[in-house]
Amino acid sequence: MRVIEARLITDAVARLSIRANTCLPDNVKAAIARARREEDWPPAREILDRIIENGAIEGGVPICQDTGMACVFLEVGQDVHILGGLAQAVDEGVRRGYTEGYLRKSVVSDPLERVNSGDNTPAMLYTELVPGDRVTITVAPKGFGSENMSRIAMLKPSDGLDGVRRFILDTVEQAGPNPCPPIVVGVGIGGTFDKCALLAKKALLRDMDAPSPLPFYAGLERELLEKINALGIGPQGFGGRTTALAVHIETMPTHIAGLPCAVNINCHVARHATEVL
Amino acid sequence: MTKNVTAPLDPETARSLRSGDSVLLSGTVYTARDAAHRRLCELAAKGAPLPFPIEGAVIYYVGPTPARPGQPIGSAGPTTSYRMDAYAPTLLRLGELGMIGKGKRGPEVIQAMKDTGAVYFGAIGGAGALLARCVKSAELVCYEDLGAEAVRRLEVENLPLTVVIDSLGNNLYETGRAAYLAQRG
Repeated sequence: MRVIEARLITDAVARLSIRANTCLPDNVKAAIARARREEDWPPAREILDRIIENGAIEGGVPICQDTGMACVFLEVGQDVHILGGLAQAVDEGVRRGYTEGYLRKSVVSDPLERVNSGDNTPAMLYTELVPGDRVTITVAPKGFGSENMSRIAMLKPSDGLDGVRRFILDTVEQAGPNPCPPIVVGVGIGGTFDKCALLAKKALLRDMDAPSPLPFYAGLERELLEKINALGIGPQGFGGRTTALAVHIETMPTHIAGLPCAVNINCHVARHATEVL
Repeated sequence: MTKNVTAPLDPETARSLRSGDSVLLSGTVYTARDAAHRRLCELAAKGAPLPFPIEGAVIYYVGPTPARPGQPIGSAGPTTSYRMDAYAPTLLRLGELGMIGKGKRGPEVIQAMKDTGAVYFGAIGGAGALLARCVKSAELVCYEDLGAEAVRRLEVENLPLTVVIDSLGNNLYETGRAAYLAQRG
């Protein structure tokens, strides 16, 4: 049994909140640069150039002013004992990171009363038990311009692959310019209503250039990316090839009566940062 | 061609801008998002004066990150505009002539723009660090309790914008996409 003090988790969450919001991962930068090379519509190229310029700004300025809700994913080794309150430690990390990093406080404590919590807490916390004695922490700040364009459908088994394709393409079409294209499309297929949505969110954590390890779904990802980039929405919705940078699909078993499909859209500021304790 | 435009807008300039125009905007703009719009419209419903001059005003839909010491503002890109659709026609009819945001607008907003000769600008969503460089000063006007959503007066210099919807109702989200798809064949 390994003992990890909760304050170490606080420190890591604070660091990761700042890093994720101020440094775009290299694989995201590379995906945007590739899209710029492949874009053939001049107005779209101009916008991609500005986006690249924005991503290169240093000095701790957040890439986007919507520094998001802090989605925190913890993989806790089952041979670890955490000394102190875990949820409190994570929230304290968010509080500290968002204050010390000059990040925006974008959380209201009650969805209808709508009073700002003042420190961006609580985190949207997911914990998972895994083998081993380590703790892997990922902070994925999620902006709501793109979150608001996300959808879930409880499709029928008879809707099949075509129904899944249609729902994904229709979600991107309806979102149009709103989620700040070029976007990243996270898809969950299967599970229950709740698990399906979580799969879609987790799909956004995958490296931009990493296809699904399942050959069928890797092929479906390629096909959907091509279809989305034939819609013509383009960067910022002003027209062009580059509507999406990647489509990532995650799946799990589901019920004989169901075919849940969730689409979680992310903008081109596809942020997340990870540390292992 | 890029047009240099000054805010607040005069009615002739607002009407002369065309969907698809690239604009560098300089002058005074006011920030407001959902919560501030709601309060402004509550004031308007009571016939009370607004906390800033609305005649010719350009409102930027933005909730910036906090400024670091020595900086006028933090990251400052646009938020999605349709959330302000419920309130925008009221402010347009009071004299607002420009809105800066990103994303689609509803038919009632576009109708109000045509009626009043107003213009909707798009700023690049997700480029808040770059856009912040065009903000030379920021001063709190009201609603400090709203935090990032407070109303601020910004002095901007050469803020790069695109006219998305003009006062005739031309819409770049429709025409830009159609033009791209047409040349692609």
